[in-house]
Amino acid sequence: MTDNRDEHKPLLEIKDLRKSFGDNLVLDGISFSLNPGEKKVIIGPSGTGKSTVLNCINRLIMPDGGEIWLDDTEVVGCDNINEIRQQIGYVFQGFGLFHHLTAIKNVMIGLTKVKGMSREEAEAKATAELERVGLTDVSDSYPAQLSGGQKQRVAIARALAMEPMLMLFDEPTSALDPELIGEVLTVMKALAREGMTMLVVTHEMGFARSVSDEIIFMEKGHIVEKAHPEKMFSGPELQRTKDFLFKLDELYGKGGD
Amino acid sequence: MVEFLLESLTLQIFIDNFGRLMSGLRFTVQLTLVVMFLGTILGVLLALGRSYGGRFISFLCTAYIEIIRGTPMLAQLFILYFALPPYGINLSAAAVAYLGFTLNCAAYQAEYTRGSLESVETDQFKSAYSLGMSRWQTIFHIVLPQAVRWSIPAWTNEFIYILKYTSLAYIIGAPDLMTQGKFIASRNYQFFRVYLIAAVIYLIIVTLSTWLVDRLENRFRIPGFGYED
Repeated sequence: MTDNRDEHKPLLEIKDLRKSFGDNLVLDGISFSLNPGEKKVIIGPSGTGKSTVLNCINRLIMPDGGEIWLDDTEVVGCDNINEIRQQIGYVFQGFGLFHHLTAIKNVMIGLTKVKGMSREEAEAKATAELERVGLTDVSDSYPAQLSGGQKQRVAIARALAMEPMLMLFDEPTSALDPELIGEVLTVMKALAREGMTMLVVTHEMGFARSVSDEIIFMEKGHIVEKAHPEKMFSGPELQRTKDFLFKLDELYGKGGD
Repeated sequence: MVEFLLESLTLQIFIDNFGRLMSGLRFTVQLTLVVMFLGTILGVLLALGRSYGGRFISFLCTAYIEIIRGTPMLAQLFILYFALPPYGINLSAAAVAYLGFTLNCAAYQAEYTRGSLESVETDQFKSAYSLGMSRWQTIFHIVLPQAVRWSIPAWTNEFIYILKYTSLAYIIGAPDLMTQGKFIASRNYQFFRVYLIAAVIYLIIVTLSTWLVDRLENRFRIPGFGYED
């Protein structure tokens, strides 16, 4: 295992990540890295291992092989995974809000139970984070009383409250009605402008084009091609990438903003 | 039937034996409250053990639950009352009632709770883990509070059920309402009228309890949970 401590040390470095479920090889040697402040978007057909990559990064799924370095810590072999997870914000397609807690309590619970903050401190922090995602008047509502867009913004606030060094988004807008996608993307774009390091699995090409530093095209457990979005949209190297982007265009519209 | 109720003889029996009937009722109510309290705690522990314990603990909890649910409550009471003394364990009828009903109630509660535990979606587990919560923190702060609320309708049914089925305690002679009724009837030979009085008392407390637990359900209502209407 190497630990390269040069100046441009990546915040996240994934080396030869492998995972199978039974006979099904899901990740067949995935490698890429994110420097501090970088934003990368993973695209690809469904069932191709995109979500599995994210799940492996905070070890919700245990990889079969490879290394994942978060700053100076190797995640796959570490024995303090709960501490690592606090530093990685995770936003799910299905929101994962706690149904028995109001919006503000959803944000507070990680602060009080994991970070050991006092109630007052946590409440102040949670209020600030809800404000950051544009939610102030619904802090006492239960998840069932919120729209999908509001739910996802609460989930983002909950992740941000832990002050993560890296944010993972797993198809954050795929479960939303079209008219609610915008409010979530707006929050994510603002977060990107603030300099957050982000890894996003999405089909939102407008977002990918305007925000990301690199688009990673994955298929069947491999990285087929990775390139800067302009390069990706103007002329990807491989025909396979072209075909997939063409299909996305048909489905989701041009990658304009 | 109603005409029997309104008869002066029935009324006279009720008045003459009021003290005994009320002491039986007190035992029945106490038994129900204690059994529901202890049975719920034990039931939640069994459900946690069955769902989240290691293989060995899970097996033990499952075996317990299935044995209790697979045998008649009457047989369980008999075993506790008649089969333990040869081993030097002599429990009073009342103690057997408390113990037997609690053990039985716990097994049923465990199954209601387990169903509710499993209804909490995996997305919530994943987001709790992602916040850095440990497995048991997730279970206690996220899953259990929701499971308990999901279980409330089943819990209230169990409460009413136990309230009525504590009458089985009369088989071993624990001093509940039915036993007191039997005692009174064996003195005055008015079996029908005495048991009719007992039935009416049961009806009144069950109706009262149903009203009370309905209010309890409302108190713990959370928007988006399935049992509101």
